[in-house]
Amino acid sequence: MKEKSSLSVLLNGIIKENPVLVLILGTCPSLATTTTVDGAFGMGIAALVVLFCSNIFISLLRKIIPETMRIPCYIVIIAGFVTIVKMLVQAFLPSLYETLGVYLDLITVNCIILGRAEMFANKNTVIHSALDGIGMGIGFTLALTLMSTIREVLGAASFAGIEIPFMENYKIEFLTKAPGGLLVYGLLIALIYFVTRGKAPVKTSFSCEGCPHAGSCGKADCQKEGVNS
Amino acid sequence: MESFKILIVILLSSVFVDNYVLSRFLGICPFLGVSEKKDQAVGMGVSVTLVMLIATAVTWPIQYFVLNTLKLQYLQNIVFILIIATLVQILEILLKKFLPSLHKGLGVYLPLITTNCAVLGVTINNINDGYNFLESIISSLGCGLGFLLAMILFSGLRSRIDNSNIPAPFKGLGSTLIAASFISLAFMGFSGIIEKIFA
Repeated sequence: MKEKSSLSVLLNGIIKENPVLVLILGTCPSLATTTTVDGAFGMGIAALVVLFCSNIFISLLRKIIPETMRIPCYIVIIAGFVTIVKMLVQAFLPSLYETLGVYLDLITVNCIILGRAEMFANKNTVIHSALDGIGMGIGFTLALTLMSTIREVLGAASFAGIEIPFMENYKIEFLTKAPGGLLVYGLLIALIYFVTRGKAPVKTSFSCEGCPHAGSCGKADCQKEGVNS
Repeated sequence: MESFKILIVILLSSVFVDNYVLSRFLGICPFLGVSEKKDQAVGMGVSVTLVMLIATAVTWPIQYFVLNTLKLQYLQNIVFILIIATLVQILEILLKKFLPSLHKGLGVYLPLITTNCAVLGVTINNINDGYNFLESIISSLGCGLGFLLAMILFSGLRSRIDNSNIPAPFKGLGSTLIAASFISLAFMGFSGIIEKIFA
């Protein structure tokens, strides 16, 4: 493996390999928690903390965890950190705890965290993994904040709970509901493709690269192409 | 009769109104990833339903008889995900041994289900909503069927999209998400109906 500078590892997650908009990972929380800016930002930070801690841990244990048992090991490590974060949020930010609800638990099965464990942390040094965790976490938070800003400003005429006076008669309430999330996400991906003129490595479909089981499911033709091809 | 009515309401509302994919956004990855062909979509949907049912049947007693009695509720997350991962493994081994033909159809999807947030979501939601055992099973069945329904509908829609000429930036995932948005919009029409029917 070629040596990478620490800065590029950090920035990689924020722009070039943004987990939500480029790698298309973690779609569930990015759709479900982006109705308000508060919720989206909180979700992003919670995932950042879990991602940072689990990346460090998995990287530290990468020589000890046996190859065949790695997925369950990762899941247990991640679930442990999720529980810690959940208890902290419940104790210090009860309103955020109410907003996020079950999605806080579901950070455990967030594909970003498992995906980074599988793609990065089990192959790289502790420092690089920690930086990758921070970078990916910031990228995730930024993407979520962007989506929630669009949805909240246009859909509810407010930003992080503060009302925007002149827009209240022009709310597109549809955007704060479930279909609006999918629509905004689809449009953002199309926009990124348009702006970069298709040069960005935006994935056009799901492939096994991001799938945490890519290595283990050799039965499918998964290893080369992706489950669906 | 009253309790039977409650069960029907739970079943129908988890299939249509609170559809896990389209209104709660759980299990989006397989919904978008494995919905290109109809038989794949059906295979995935059936596997998810099966795993949801078994997972609920196992996690509910564990929550109430083990975690609650020992005051270990904070371990819910770790315990549930481990149970689901183990169950999926066992199910795969059993299918391979006893029903090889079914394993051929569903085996590919089983490993992917461990990290499907809909399965963990449904088990946790059943506990959070305070359902009893039977209600939990019915709710999981409804969620699984809702997932299957969404997958089948969506795979039909996708085969249409793939055959049409769309602008380059929308090719692939962009148009897929927007199509999913329309299906979700259609499902929004069900909200309120179920409660009215049985009111």
